[in-house]
Amino acid sequence: MLKKTGIPEEEELKLVLPDDARRKRGPFAVFECFERIPCNPCYDACPMHAVMPFEDINDLPRLDLDRCNGCGNCVAQCPGLAVFVVDETYSEDEALLKLPYEFVPLPLAGSEVDLLDREGKKVGRGKVVRVQKARHRTATPVVWVTVPKHLSMVVRNIGGI
Amino acid sequence: MERVISVRHTDVLVIGGGPAGLNAAMAAVDCGAEVTLVDSADRLGGQLVKQTHKFFGSKREHAGTRGIEIAATLAEKVGSHPRIRTMLRSEALGYYPDGVVALEQDEKWIKIKPKRLVVATGASEKFLAFPNNDLPGIYGAGAVQTLMNVYGVVPGKRVVMVGAGNIGLIVSYQLRQAGVEVAAVVEAMPQIGGYAVHASKIRRLGIPILVSHSVKEAIGREQLEKVVVWKLDQNWQGIPGTEIEFEADVLCLAVGLSPTVDLLWQAGCRMAYVPELGGHVPWYDENQRTSVETIYVAGDAAGVEEASSAMLTGRIAGLSAAMSLGLGGDGAAQLEVARKELAALRAGPAGEKIRAGLAKLRGSGVVAC
Repeated sequence: MLKKTGIPEEEELKLVLPDDARRKRGPFAVFECFERIPCNPCYDACPMHAVMPFEDINDLPRLDLDRCNGCGNCVAQCPGLAVFVVDETYSEDEALLKLPYEFVPLPLAGSEVDLLDREGKKVGRGKVVRVQKARHRTATPVVWVTVPKHLSMVVRNIGGI
Repeated sequence: MERVISVRHTDVLVIGGGPAGLNAAMAAVDCGAEVTLVDSADRLGGQLVKQTHKFFGSKREHAGTRGIEIAATLAEKVGSHPRIRTMLRSEALGYYPDGVVALEQDEKWIKIKPKRLVVATGASEKFLAFPNNDLPGIYGAGAVQTLMNVYGVVPGKRVVMVGAGNIGLIVSYQLRQAGVEVAAVVEAMPQIGGYAVHASKIRRLGIPILVSHSVKEAIGREQLEKVVVWKLDQNWQGIPGTEIEFEADVLCLAVGLSPTVDLLWQAGCRMAYVPELGGHVPWYDENQRTSVETIYVAGDAAGVEEASSAMLTGRIAGLSAAMSLGLGGDGAAQLEVARKELAALRAGPAGEKIRAGLAKLRGSGVVAC
């Protein structure tokens, strides 16, 4: 249970995962935001207006997956570091993840890193494709990393840098 | 020879330069008041300067911005304002029956008589009783944040964190950012008290969170060497045989805050004990005004809450204090906006505790003490 472990349950994750057709169409954001707290910067972060307006600031964000293009602005802005972009069309057997990463040193593009799951356990190795440094001082750097396709909803952090 | 100490006058005196005090000062001065802001530290910002994480809340309360940036922006505005006199390294020592506030600054005794007083003194950390809790290496979470985020000093190599509220979770994350190992986060409650997203952040780093666990004892000769934790039963009693021993040179306590209300007691404000608000707090109305008509309270001193709420209660207190002096053009409209924003922030499940606390405080159930 999320409030006992800090790790979302399968059922919770299912709620924020698009259907197969959308997953095959290109990158999309996954909002792992399951608790009503007063927070709405994702709404202002989205240039595609894919995050629906908040009636109550405590509402959970609602994403219009037809508008979301996986740009990752929300990944850099979310105060809870709870948004991840998943692109399962990246290559035949790899997916591309855009992960929030607030540690130094930042990984270098082209380097290999450990892939970690939601408990910080190593589940494989991946390659850093790009590192987007914060556009303004308060944003979070976003690391683009390749992962084996079947781990696209498992990997949520990197290590061994 | 007798030394005559003159009394300074000001429209609004704000005690405390944290998120609440800074906003109170800005709101009052924008209404046309002449403001004096005092803080015991040598810089403005209060606890904001230690907050390296991005804030929640709404854009107007700087959501998405890191606390340290908010402190810099607000401190710059307040510090450079021609009608705000900022007094740093100034400790408010007492409130006298004639409405004079006494301060100590650079070993000088200063007396100020404000027309209105806003108390925004924040809160102090609670401690925990367990054997050897006085060993070097045992810190409050606020001290760890000050060491790391203000002075750039890490507290040690391996930490056990007590408390899975937002402070415990955030400081654990900051420790890892500073390259310090966090062995575990221990929480006496059966669930995580802080935001789930903060918990998920530290779980992804491989830090375990043990709910229904507490500290049994600290072990060490010259300094902390080991921390023994154990599982708690439903009556909060440790269960023998469930002990886990962690090697650690730092034990960090993030077990809650108590409002800092000494000046309000001294001023004779009607006080009440409300656990949901963190302990003893003054009674106050929707304008943050206490039972003493010239005294307002804002931020954690009015009840422990998030910094975004502190900014709003500060703004409300500053506006109300200025308006009660007959100042403030569109103050009433601004007050309405601030009140609505505050209500919106508190509307969700995360605001349940503060709503219950305020209902108790304002309801008939409160026994004044």
